[in-house]
Amino acid sequence: MTTVTEHHQVSPQPDALATTVVTSWKAPIAFAVFTLAALALAVFAPREGDTTYRLNASDKDAIIIANISVPAMPALWVVVVLLLLATAFSVWLVTQKRRVPLWLIVVFAIVFLFGFLTWAGAGAMLPMINLLYGSLSLAVPLIFGALTGVIGERVGVINIGIEGQLLAGAFTSAVTASVVMSSTGSVGLALLAGVIGAMVAGALVGMVLAAFAIKYFVDQVIVGVVLNVLVTGLTSFFFSQVLAPNAAVLNSPPRFPRLPIPLLSEIPIIGPVLFRQTLIVYLMYIAVIVVFIGLFKTRWGLRLRAVGEHPQAADTVGINVNRTRFWNVALAGTIAGLGGTFFTIGSGIAFNKEMTAGAGFIALAAVIFGGWDPIRATLAALLFGFASNLQNTLSVIGSPVPSEFMLMLPYLVTIIAVAGLVGKVRGPAAAGKPYIKS
Amino acid sequence: MKLELRGITKRFGSLVANDHIDLTVEAGEIHCLLGENGAGKSTLMNVLYGLYQADEGEILLDDVVQHFSGPGDAMAAGIGMVHQHFMLIPVFTVAENVMLGNEATKGGVFLDLNAARAKVREISQRFGFDVDPDALVDELPVGVQQRVEIIKALSRDARVLVFDEPTAVLTPQETDELMQIMRQLRDAGTSIVFITHKLREVREVADRITVIRLGKVVGEASPTASNTELASLMVGRAVELTVHKNPPQLGDEALVVEGLTVVDHIGQLVVNDVSFEVRKGEILAIAGVQGNGQTELTEALVGLQPRVRGSIRLNGEELTTASVQRILDEGVGFVPEDRNEDGLVGAFTIAENLMLDRSSGAPFVKAGSIQRGTLAEFAREKVKEFDVRTQGIDEQVRQLSGGNAQKVVLARELSRELSLLVAAQPTRGVDVGSIEFIHKRIVETRDSGVPVVVVSTELDEVVALADRIMVMYRGRVVGIVPGTTPRDVLGLMMAGEQPEGAAA
Repeated sequence: MTTVTEHHQVSPQPDALATTVVTSWKAPIAFAVFTLAALALAVFAPREGDTTYRLNASDKDAIIIANISVPAMPALWVVVVLLLLATAFSVWLVTQKRRVPLWLIVVFAIVFLFGFLTWAGAGAMLPMINLLYGSLSLAVPLIFGALTGVIGERVGVINIGIEGQLLAGAFTSAVTASVVMSSTGSVGLALLAGVIGAMVAGALVGMVLAAFAIKYFVDQVIVGVVLNVLVTGLTSFFFSQVLAPNAAVLNSPPRFPRLPIPLLSEIPIIGPVLFRQTLIVYLMYIAVIVVFIGLFKTRWGLRLRAVGEHPQAADTVGINVNRTRFWNVALAGTIAGLGGTFFTIGSGIAFNKEMTAGAGFIALAAVIFGGWDPIRATLAALLFGFASNLQNTLSVIGSPVPSEFMLMLPYLVTIIAVAGLVGKVRGPAAAGKPYIKS
Repeated sequence: MKLELRGITKRFGSLVANDHIDLTVEAGEIHCLLGENGAGKSTLMNVLYGLYQADEGEILLDDVVQHFSGPGDAMAAGIGMVHQHFMLIPVFTVAENVMLGNEATKGGVFLDLNAARAKVREISQRFGFDVDPDALVDELPVGVQQRVEIIKALSRDARVLVFDEPTAVLTPQETDELMQIMRQLRDAGTSIVFITHKLREVREVADRITVIRLGKVVGEASPTASNTELASLMVGRAVELTVHKNPPQLGDEALVVEGLTVVDHIGQLVVNDVSFEVRKGEILAIAGVQGNGQTELTEALVGLQPRVRGSIRLNGEELTTASVQRILDEGVGFVPEDRNEDGLVGAFTIAENLMLDRSSGAPFVKAGSIQRGTLAEFAREKVKEFDVRTQGIDEQVRQLSGGNAQKVVLARELSRELSLLVAAQPTRGVDVGSIEFIHKRIVETRDSGVPVVVVSTELDEVVALADRIMVMYRGRVVGIVPGTTPRDVLGLMMAGEQPEGAAA
């Protein structure tokens, strides 16, 4: 898909190599496929009626925004024309030996999404706040998991066991919170115990990974996979044998209440989506910011990244590589454990077998899609959360798309995002390689 | 600061890397540690730097016994090291690299980058370096990266500075500048240990010389000793430093490369419009500092590069986009730059490695099964012919020393009917004795009428082997000059300067 072109550029630095552009037809081809898909919807499956976008959470909001209605078919045709123009533009760019800019891909995606939503919601009301609120909620465990992955890989340990850490967190938080709840009767104490239990569980799984990967040089990917299986097996066993017969005492977790933040929660659209969430979500905001600042602005982050990039160099300036790796993988485990609470006490649901359903693997995809950067990995996780919730919302309003197809959507988005858009992002150089002193 | 090593012994299993080594470096002197690859110089320095723990012996600084449990302790005691493979994080800035492990912070948590920048500037000024504290190390030329290493050591107040093979990656001009810096440091009172196997450099800069062979100190020499004296001390026997070769018997043009351009995955022209030809019975040596496109050029010649423009013709056959198999069938022999990575399978035996490129048919494979008998006979013959020092043909190749492993590669490549030999860094990491042998075989190959392309970053090797020399810089050909071209001219060309009057 890549060809070499005759386009030479003289670099500004006298010492730098001359460069040429390695053109890629990926973007125009993807654009064309999606444009044809939109065209096919318009031609073969036309739907009459107006689509109404509802932008208020409830009628009691302080500021009410009027609903927006668009006629479905004309809007879809406008979208098809816009997509065609974007595709033509991208083809022109590539023939001119230029890259397709990221903004064009983003605009294309938004326009396509608008067209699809308008078509799917014809004759119905689309609750946009619910759609976005739910996207954020579903993204919470993905974001916590992605932060764990980012820290792990940045320090040089590939963590495939995020799924297991989420599951361990979900299990432990449900059990500890239930036990504390039934013995003390205090919701606050129970939730606190649940959170702490989950973090400890995540850290323990992390420590097992770290010990095998760092001390015994076992292949990190294999240890991660085995840990996932182990945690799944253990939690399923305890669920069937211990939790199910004693569900009232051991598996009736309380739920984190929603805590609207005064003032902020009244901002139109943003307020109801971001600031009427539970404490777990607010902790997630803090975690993202702390990890970002920590990685790039502090001594901890500098040493951590050095160990993941060039462990020997870190060793020669007196940094203990394996100790740094061990404790940071354990620390990262606490974050994934915290993410696990979302499934149980975060949502007020009893623990169930394999309830994380692959969130840890999607989180891993977010790590790579986000280029090992906490902020961008968070955005990637939000995208995956949106894809999941889109499926929920559309089945609620009765979309014509088969639900089986929609269930596929989050994973489809993951594959396209990771395979198509990541391309040349380079991860930490020493990720996955044990540091063995000769 | 005075450094003294007493009876340092370091064993790896049954191998004694350092055997009761004594070494004294006075304050303000440049002490050269001379020895072949594998003589134990780097091991000794890693012991000094706390990376290894000595099995016996002690380290004294200003007559005080030291105990280093890691590099942190060594640095705190005032020992700094400029490593052969730079210990810099490529994706960090200069300032971040200099502060790493020794960070100035605000409130004990947040990095104080301004303090680090100031330190880099202050040390740069003191020694007349031009280093931007905010440049990414990855984007700096190697010569500058080395200065960052020096700044890093000095920023920790190093008073004993170890340079481990510092000139391997430098142009001759950069080497001269480095020696100037070393003298400057010495005059400022720093004790310097200079590890090298290059005789020329030793004689130029050393105040005292200690020679190590097979893990033992075999003697001291004065800087006035001749090259031959130093070499025989280093190797333990008289060695020939020059390769005897007759004038070339030139045949027809065999390899013709026109307008060859290789593009890497991010679009850089790593080989940029390169044209040359090699005649039968001729050695063309490609000189240049590591990383100026030689690797990619040789890989393009054997079909290992995916994005190639231009033309490569061998005896009239167009091979530019040919498969590796086809190129092998045409009789191209290839000694890759990194034998452990690309030339050999370490876990395979010598015999298996010798048949790697002939696994698709006779004589070693019949009806899909390996002909063990034929292979064993062939392997025994080659081991003898190429003087591979081994316990037997069933020994794993990774057990062999660098020189012997390289002989296996050479034996494999030279045992076919060749129409071209491409040898990249044929003697890197190879002991002096094997170098002699390998050079002799390359010259014999040329004398048998095969065109030979040798890539080397060592000027000594280029001058010893070449009939003609092509110098590369930044992916381009600076010029193609006769084999008798003086070194200083070659040195300038390796830095990208066009020689006067030389035709490109």
